[in-house]
Amino acid sequence: MGEVRNLLLVGVGGQGVVLASNIVAAVCLHHGYDVKKSEVHGMAQRGGVVYSHLRYGHEVHSPLIERGRADVLLALEWAEALRWLPYLRTGGVLVVDMVRSVPPIAMKDRRTWTSGYPPVDVNHLCTQGVEVRACNAGQLAEDLGSTKVANTILLGVLSNILEFSQEEWEEALAASVPPQTLDLNLQAFRLGRSVAAEGLALEGLPIEHPTAYGTPRRFRVEIAEVWCKGCGICVRFCPEECLRLDSREKAEVVDPGRCTGCQICQLLCPDFAIAVQEESLKEASVRG
Amino acid sequence: MHQRVLAQRERLLLTGNEAIARGAYEAGVKVATGYPGTPSTEILEALARMEGVYVEWSTNEKVAMDVALGASLGGARALCTMKHVGLNVASDTFMTASYTGVGGGLVVVSADDPGMHSSQNEQDNRYYAKFAAVPLLEPSDSAEAKEFTHLAFELSERFDVPVLLRTTTRISHTRGVVELGPRQEHASKGFVRDPGKYVMLPAYAQKRHPVVLARLPRMQEVAASPELLRWELRDRAVGVITSGVCYHYVREVLPDASILKLGMTYPLPLEQIRAFAREVARLFVVEELEPFLEEMLRAEGLEVEGKAFFPRQGELSPDLVREGFVRAGVLPPAEPRVSSVVPTTPRPPVLCPGCPHVVPFLALRRLGAVVCGDIGCYTLAALEPLQAMDTCVAMGSSIGMAVGLAKAGTSPGPVVAAIGDSTFIHAGIPALIDAVYKDADITVLILDNGTTAMTGGQPHPGTGLTIRGEQTKALDLVALCRAAGVEHVRVVDPYDVAATFVALEEAIQHEGVAVVITNRPCVEAPVKIRDIPFTVVPQKCIACQLCMNLGCPSISWSVETYEGRPKVVIDPSTCTGCTVCAQLCPTEAIQLLHPGRGATRERAGESRG
Repeated sequence: MGEVRNLLLVGVGGQGVVLASNIVAAVCLHHGYDVKKSEVHGMAQRGGVVYSHLRYGHEVHSPLIERGRADVLLALEWAEALRWLPYLRTGGVLVVDMVRSVPPIAMKDRRTWTSGYPPVDVNHLCTQGVEVRACNAGQLAEDLGSTKVANTILLGVLSNILEFSQEEWEEALAASVPPQTLDLNLQAFRLGRSVAAEGLALEGLPIEHPTAYGTPRRFRVEIAEVWCKGCGICVRFCPEECLRLDSREKAEVVDPGRCTGCQICQLLCPDFAIAVQEESLKEASVRG
Repeated sequence: MHQRVLAQRERLLLTGNEAIARGAYEAGVKVATGYPGTPSTEILEALARMEGVYVEWSTNEKVAMDVALGASLGGARALCTMKHVGLNVASDTFMTASYTGVGGGLVVVSADDPGMHSSQNEQDNRYYAKFAAVPLLEPSDSAEAKEFTHLAFELSERFDVPVLLRTTTRISHTRGVVELGPRQEHASKGFVRDPGKYVMLPAYAQKRHPVVLARLPRMQEVAASPELLRWELRDRAVGVITSGVCYHYVREVLPDASILKLGMTYPLPLEQIRAFAREVARLFVVEELEPFLEEMLRAEGLEVEGKAFFPRQGELSPDLVREGFVRAGVLPPAEPRVSSVVPTTPRPPVLCPGCPHVVPFLALRRLGAVVCGDIGCYTLAALEPLQAMDTCVAMGSSIGMAVGLAKAGTSPGPVVAAIGDSTFIHAGIPALIDAVYKDADITVLILDNGTTAMTGGQPHPGTGLTIRGEQTKALDLVALCRAAGVEHVRVVDPYDVAATFVALEEAIQHEGVAVVITNRPCVEAPVKIRDIPFTVVPQKCIACQLCMNLGCPSISWSVETYEGRPKVVIDPSTCTGCTVCAQLCPTEAIQLLHPGRGATRERAGESRG
């Protein structure tokens, strides 16, 4: 049982996780190993999490890797590396692209404007009892001419960790990628291989992204009723849905607490009937 | 056990679904039918790439089952595939097909989805085999998926019965090593008239039921045959009866335990099970979902342990099987091996960039509609940020439920049924006719993206294409709605924000049934549609977040801010150029990345006048 090797490949829909794992599986099969590879289709393709469990060895039973038993975790995206980290065994190798794919759900806090996306902190990961091989494969791929070969660069990094020869890898690549992209993919693969061979932990630093943009603020929307003719433009456009037309077809504020002070209503009102003012938090709390 | 060097046969890594297709092909299958549904879809897609087989996407699973049964009675070997909930739709025919029996072998594949990776429930369809008194085969990996499919055809003919082949998501979507064999052409006897067997009038059906019951003991003998039953006697302290993928989890977690691996799980090889029980000190059943085997074994008086240690809900995994055996005292508590946990962001599935379903739901939310939804990609409109769907139950349920809600007279807003094109054709048409017949005051929104998108872009009658891409007659949805008696039918471009709002507003104001059909194709399947991407002019962006309300994965917060709010950026590599965000932007900050290229971009400019 001990001779079975466990690889977990993860990323986001569209990044090429499944293609990458197909290539690894082809290498393993060609080498004469038993292989099982498991992934879930369907909802995962809708911008969601994509994973592929790959196990190879003399005889493989379970298609799934147990938590804490993956020898290698190959992550095509930063937040996905963190999500799947508990599958990596202590002392296992994490190959990670520092590229960020921020899901819409991480950008919905309109009070403090805090991003739900975790900071790209490679140094912290290095303290977690695993061997980290991080690179900016997305950037390297763009420099080569196509962000699509980021997965191939990471396969190059992976190739230094697994026992298969460069020829075996390149044969599998040739059999798996569209022929017109083979040269680019081979270039990407060799680049990944050399990055790791030179022992670089970091290749290209990620851009610093703020996690919190602002502090909570409060706004007051003043509507001059006599000027409002009830056209409803402000109601339709308010991003926070804090306005509506009352029974007399005049704009009114439903929930001032949701107003972010964007002033679209003030900007679009054809009758200059709306003014958005910032309140100090203190003032707001006095007014209840 | 493991032979590295194999005779001239080709070894391939196939998914369970591809292996089922291959097994059917090698068994000489002539007719294959089904309706797309995760995790079953790829079986027919794989078969459609092979020659000598008639393959069709049927309008729904019931029709698929009827077509397959008809072919079988005609003497051809026939395969019918569907996801677990599809068998609910097909069950009307399936239950009585057990009475009629078959001509050529008839194999029904039910792909169950424990854990609900992509389903609305996780019902255990093994009960259908017991319910219909038909044999049930459960492969445990791709190699068995191929072998069992071939075997299923033989059993079907031998016992004159449809055979249920049950896979799960994990079997269907796992690749394993499979050896290919040649196709064996199956000699058809043709259609043989036999009204007493094929015309299920009460008088004839009453004579068939005893036949159904009489064949069960004979099928038990097959369940004990070596190709379906595997004895693995090792340590006798613990014995495990298991089937399907659970077998491999048990092998992984308890490599030394004795195992009785069942290939046929209905009817059960009871004699052999009793013999196995006598060999071991403690007897466990490890099975996913319901205690299907456990209850049958207990009814036979066997002392087995199972669901007390292994969960009845969700998908099993080697982790859960290990935890179960730890709780049972078979294994010592495992020491934690997990390296560490670092917090990260959730990543639920979302509607794709350029998805034509976004704007209609944005409008419905703003119009305060109560939306009865249906099954498809658009069900994601129930989640943030659109949050514009109030119900989703089963294929085609939206329209009937909307009628009920309208008739109850308790809805807090206008009642709208939202249903995709493929789902509408599957089960929505009778409900639409019912709505008109009852003069229900509802709006039916048909989201026609010209494909079955959720399952990867399969054609349906509305597309005018077959599964192999050949031209056939196309269903005209507008004419169909008119023929059903709908007076108010409007077709609208869902990329035109203003027009979509107006069309839905008018339909809601119309008394009685009104239909709005959106007509933009899916941007991902069957072909990827990419237009010139848009970009954000940072100097113009006032960070109002209006475009963020679309939930478009191409739009994200930039590092720049405006009055303490983050501005936005558009990822040009994923933007499809749908123009919707540009139409919404109040400051015209969203503009074409390459202005002047392409002629399809007028719409965005027009609506802003």
